[in-house]
This record gives sequence, structure tokens and C-alpha cells, in this order.
Amino acid sequence: MSIPLAIYGLVAVCAAAMVITRTIAVHALVYMVATLLALACVFDTLGAPFAAALEVIVYAGAIMVLFVFVVMMVNLGRPDQEREKSWLTVGTWIVPALLALILLCTLLFGASHVTADPMPMAAGGPIGPQAVGLRLYGPYLLTVELSSFLLLAGLVSAFHIGRRIGERQE
Amino acid sequence: MNPGDPIAAIAIASILFVIGLLGVMVRRNLLFMLISVEIMLNAAALAFIAAGARWHAADGQVMFLMIIAYAAAEAAVGLAIVLRMHAAGRGTLDADTGNRLKG
Repeated sequence: MSIPLAIYGLVAVCAAAMVITRTIAVHALVYMVATLLALACVFDTLGAPFAAALEVIVYAGAIMVLFVFVVMMVNLGRPDQEREKSWLTVGTWIVPALLALILLCTLLFGASHVTADPMPMAAGGPIGPQAVGLRLYGPYLLTVELSSFLLLAGLVSAFHIGRRIGERQE
Repeated sequence: MNPGDPIAAIAIASILFVIGLLGVMVRRNLLFMLISVEIMLNAAALAFIAAGARWHAADGQVMFLMIIAYAAAEAAVGLAIVLRMHAAGRGTLDADTGNRLKG
């Protein structure tokens, strides 16, 4: 493992751990942005500069702004923080943490015991946007169309669900 | 790029996925559950990127684009539901009270 990857990965994991333990939503969002930026650095280290740029622009930029807007509109107050604190007791943590630890051990065991190595390590520099675009609009054209359907469906359903927000409820 | 990097990146992705899963299991606030799902999606994206780096193929980044599109759609719908629950007059975002959502 190279040193930059270890550092960025450590930052991402620590920030993600901070995200799920915060009681205030805005703090969790700021830590989430830190996670995403560290992940973008990981992507760049792995030779995917296009994915790193998209991670910053789309994830840390657009999707997190959506979350910030919702936090602003929902306006969780002080009693909510107290309730969150009361939910975060050891009793609620311990069993899910054990289950997650078992899953982590399984995943790491599987990742470290990869025996089949049919191809030698492929050499080469970073994979730029040009190669990605050629793949995207060549063999993966149908997938692009399908994800455009998905985005349209998401747009329509978000509009449908939120169409009467702001009107007085009966 | 170091030859050991993809395996290390897969390990980082595993840890991130487990953290996100733990968040979904432990938290009861819908907003935090959505953020945890985003962490899990990012872990999956990192696994794809690592595999793409291992085989030096652009396909990993193509799948990363699909994951971003999926995450955007999921966040839009999920946050619309959160806003809807809040507009229904409840002061909490407790996921256990979702059955009171009408309309």
C-alpha cells in the first residue's frame, strides 16, 4: 500500500465514523463532505482523475447541497438533539456493531485471500476522461439510456411526492 | 501506482461499507440513514474504481458514473419523502413513525 492511499483512506474512514456518530445533522454533513473529498483523493491515487473530479463536483457539490437544503428546511432543533443523544446508547450500538464487525471480517478475509490471479498486474498510467467516454458511449450506451430513465423517474417521483408541501394540511 | 493499491482500496471500501451499514442499523433519524446509504454507495463506487485500476480498464469508472446517477435519484426521492414527513406536521424524523405518512 502506498503512503498517500493509506493517508487518504484513513481520513475517509475516520470522517465516515464521525458522520454516523454525530447528533447534529449539519456537523454530519460537513464530515460527509470531508469523506467525499478524501475519497476523491483516493480515486486520483488509483489513477481515475475523471472519477475524482466527478466525485467533487457531483457528490460533494450537488448531492450534499441537496442534503444541506433539506436540513435547512427541516430545521431540527434542540429537543431533537437530546433525543438523538438518548438513542445513541451502548445498548443500541452493541449488537449492530458486532454484526457489522463480523461482516467486515468476512469482507477483509475474502479480499486478502484472492488466490486466482489469471492476469498479471496491468501496467499503465491514469485512465483519462477520453477512455471513459469511449467506453461509455460505445458498449455501455444502453446503460446510459437506462440511467437517464432512472433520473427521469427520480425527477417525476420527487416532484409528485413534494407537490403539495407548503400547503396547509387539513 | 503501487501494485498493492487495489487490494488496499478494496479494504478501505469494505470498511466504509461496514460503517455505512452500521449507520443504517443504529440511527433512527431518516436524514442520518440517508447519509449512511450515501456512504455505502461511495464504498461500492470505490470498489469499482479499484477493480478498474487493477485491470487498467475504463469500465470501473463507467460503473462509477452509473452509481452517481443512482445516488442522485435516490437522494432526490428520499429527501422528498423526508420533507413530506416533516410537512405532515411531525417534529421528528424518527423512521419508526413512517407508517403515519398519508397521501
